[in-house]
Amino acid sequence: MRFVLILLAVVLAPLSVHAQGTPAAQILSENRALVERASRQTIGPVIEALAASGDPAAVTILDAWANRGLGLRAADGAFFLIAPAEGGWALTDLDGAPAGTAARAEIDQLRPNSGVRGLIATALVRFQLADPDPARRSAAMESIARDPSAEHLEPLRAALAQTPDPALARLERLLTLRFGATPEERVAAIDSFGADLGLDLRAALNPLVATRRLAIRGEAENLNIARNLVPGRDLTREEAYDLLVAQGDAPARLTLQAQRETLVGQIRDGQAAGIPVADLDSQEARDRAYTALEAQGAVPAAATEDEVTAALEAHRFAEVYAEPDRAVTEAASAALTRIGRTVGLMQAADLALDAASLASIYFLAAIGLAITFGVMRVINMAHGEFIMMGAYTGYVTQLWIADYTISILVALPLAFAVTFAAGVAMERLVIRHLYRRPLETLLATFGISIALQQLAKNIFGTQARPLTAPAWLDGALSFNDVVSISYIRIAIFVLALIFLGVFLIIMKRTRLGLEVRAVTQNPSMAASMGINPDRINMLTFGLGSGIAGVAGVAIGLFAKVTSELGQDYIVQSFMTVVVGGVGNIWGTLAGAAMIGGAQKGIEWLNPSNTLAAQTYMILLIIIFIQFRPRGIIALKGRAAGD
Amino acid sequence: MRQGFLSRNPSVLVFLLILALFTLGVTLLSHAYGSAFLSTSFIKTLGKTLCLCLVALAMDLVWGYAGILSLGHMAFFALGGYMIGMWLMYARTEEIVVQALANAPLPATPQEISNGVASQIFGVVGGAELPAVWTFAHSLPLQLALVVLVPGLLALAFGWLAFRSRVTGVYLSILTQAMTLALALHLFQNDSGLRGNNGLSGLQNIPGLGGVSQDRLSVWFFWASAAALALGYLLAAWLVSGKFGSVLRAIRDDEQRVRFLGYSVEGYKLFIFTFTAVVAAVAGALYYPQAGIINPAELAPIASIYLAVWVAIGGRGRLYGAVIGAAFVSLLSTWFTGGRAPDVNLGFATIQWVDWWQILLGLAFVLVTLLAPQGIGGLFDWAAGLRHPARRGAPLGPAEGALQEREATE
Repeated sequence: MRFVLILLAVVLAPLSVHAQGTPAAQILSENRALVERASRQTIGPVIEALAASGDPAAVTILDAWANRGLGLRAADGAFFLIAPAEGGWALTDLDGAPAGTAARAEIDQLRPNSGVRGLIATALVRFQLADPDPARRSAAMESIARDPSAEHLEPLRAALAQTPDPALARLERLLTLRFGATPEERVAAIDSFGADLGLDLRAALNPLVATRRLAIRGEAENLNIARNLVPGRDLTREEAYDLLVAQGDAPARLTLQAQRETLVGQIRDGQAAGIPVADLDSQEARDRAYTALEAQGAVPAAATEDEVTAALEAHRFAEVYAEPDRAVTEAASAALTRIGRTVGLMQAADLALDAASLASIYFLAAIGLAITFGVMRVINMAHGEFIMMGAYTGYVTQLWIADYTISILVALPLAFAVTFAAGVAMERLVIRHLYRRPLETLLATFGISIALQQLAKNIFGTQARPLTAPAWLDGALSFNDVVSISYIRIAIFVLALIFLGVFLIIMKRTRLGLEVRAVTQNPSMAASMGINPDRINMLTFGLGSGIAGVAGVAIGLFAKVTSELGQDYIVQSFMTVVVGGVGNIWGTLAGAAMIGGAQKGIEWLNPSNTLAAQTYMILLIIIFIQFRPRGIIALKGRAAGD
Repeated sequence: MRQGFLSRNPSVLVFLLILALFTLGVTLLSHAYGSAFLSTSFIKTLGKTLCLCLVALAMDLVWGYAGILSLGHMAFFALGGYMIGMWLMYARTEEIVVQALANAPLPATPQEISNGVASQIFGVVGGAELPAVWTFAHSLPLQLALVVLVPGLLALAFGWLAFRSRVTGVYLSILTQAMTLALALHLFQNDSGLRGNNGLSGLQNIPGLGGVSQDRLSVWFFWASAAALALGYLLAAWLVSGKFGSVLRAIRDDEQRVRFLGYSVEGYKLFIFTFTAVVAAVAGALYYPQAGIINPAELAPIASIYLAVWVAIGGRGRLYGAVIGAAFVSLLSTWFTGGRAPDVNLGFATIQWVDWWQILLGLAFVLVTLLAPQGIGGLFDWAAGLRHPARRGAPLGPAEGALQEREATE
């Protein structure tokens, strides 16, 4: 078989020489020497001619060339598309007809350097832009957007004429506003965007309004000045003088470092300028010594204050646009202002979303507390540990059930059951005996909290355990480049709403809720009506603890599950309940909204520092309690207890 | 005839005597002045324990006597440590910088020295300038004044705000805990001016005493701590033995009634809160030079909770109870967490006390709260044959004569 192929190749060889007659092949063979030793400086016209030849094979040829798939037969100087084959190269003619095989030695493989490859890639872009395959088109557009240059504009417009693609049109306008031929064209391109929020637009506009500071002597021409700077008002005298020094228009000032080095160099017999070295331990003494040396002419005179003033007065200072055209810079800065305003609005919306999400987390963490503390007036400092228990229950469930969706669905009721049981046990063993002594309850539950935390550390170790959210909760819902919110946060928001609903239904629509409210208001009267207060207290405490466990699963989805998980939320949770107003679920909601909103607001004012935000948040709460000691929604009358 | 203060309070004399004997004993067993039976690090531990006893004393005054469960006193303690730590660190670094610059061809200017100190201290958090809070760090007397003033004024401002708006009971506890948390979070920031979570270190090197060995220094600090504890105990005993103490106890048992009797409850509470904050700060200022390092973790709310645990286990409402509780629990804690306690082999599992000590402590605390509100101090009553009348139900306060549950209900 191979023999036949070789025979065929031999017979067809003369034919293939004829095939070199396509336009692309002609260009290549005419510039054979250039192509063989291609360099970035010289090869440009050849590539351009190839691309413009209109030959349908030109794309294939250029592509093959860039990928080392173009070869030159040493014998007759004919070009082939080559591919590695057994024992050598499989040859294909430039017009696409197979041309047999050849031994490795017969063919010179062309290996263009990276510069040449870059030129070829630029030439190829116009073909890719017109490619019917949208995937290849968008790949080409991406490569242009990554590294835009003036050369891309022409092919882009040509491609746009063929295929009216909105993404292509947007890219064309983005390039026009930077590289367009006339200012009018560019201004029109800028204005066409309006207050578009795209990051690519801002990336294109920002270089247009980039400025640098210049010190100008005399009249300045051809400078697009953004604004004039007055030393002492817009910039300090030091900055202005440093600018002069940097531009080489003024001698450098004497720094303390240079002064010290000069003085060290002038020490003679333990004295510098006649002053004993031991006395040079203050700045005044050193200045005196330096002035004395200047008077002797031993050191170059440093710029005095008068000289600095004169130099500053001789110059004008201005911020100058790098972009020379005034109309373009004006249009660009107007567009940026417009965009800035819209972005500000969007950021406010984003902030509101963030605040709502944080508020729902606080609400979730606090709602169990709103029951145990708000309804029963029992301080449970181990509440945070119940949240932690819920999160660990979720983790253990995931160890047993691999499917994340099912395991979360199993974990939620399981966490409720576990923490409900823990809460009931705690109520029976400890809290029941301390109902009349709230401070002691606080202490005893602290003891339990310490023990539970250490127990979790002993069982699960100190490192964070993963509680993975199901895949459908990954990602974020984004409205545009500024406003977005992750699905997990939406899920937590929804969960918080569900909890609110469940709480309201239990308290207002069930027998249990009725009895709980009765026991809260007057235990002995409730008891004489046939309600067992002990049982109700136990159930209420269990309910509050169980809700904390479910909240723990939710919180574990986005926070690290460690034994300190609960501790991070306990103070905030108490704050939420206290700020909102004890004994009222709407108060807890209001408290969570206020704390979440305020914390996000403070973070917005000082974005780099969430620690500071938390600090100020707590201070704010302490001050707030001064004005409304009973919280936002205060109970009135007999229900208030006193 | 009016009796003298000591004859009315014989327990003070006993306490001082025991403390003196203890100090003498430790000195005679120390490396520097005696038989070298106790290691220097153990003497430091004992000295630190005395400081903890002092802060427990303060906690007992404010909680056991006035009924204010403050979860902020360890914050005042740490603040005192920070204040003295600033001087220690500044002065010590200045010594080092001056020494380094002494080899330069020109003698250093004051500006160069302070620049050198600032970059030495703040290089670790990427700063090169002394923040404004370090303005007085060069001077020992000023910084010593700040040890008292900063926590004192903070307690005064916080207490005034809290007591004025009648925040009491558990609300006050949570509020003080929030204050502690805010302070800790603030200090955790690198730009708080106190080196963020690196804290202040090298505090065991006392400037100007470079030639004195740590063996001697540890004993000196032990003496100072013992003296401070003795002084604090005398002051506290004097405070609570008079009319002032009676009003405090009355506020604890029924604040409303005291207010209706015409006393300025807020004034009393504010005074005792601020006074104990200052005592805590002084204890901290003695503690941290022995510990050698202070960082914001020392302010964590859990530290103040442990303080309450010590006082509760020792016995609230009696001064010696607080001291015993702090000494007993903190030394036991050092012993257990230091890995020196033998493991318990249960056959199926081995209990390592490093891991299980906190659980034991937590549960012990719950049991003490539930079953023995008198704490260890109750043992003394038992030994003295004191019996409380059986009034059914647990007492609401820790002291004898506190209202009982049944009585309070009706």
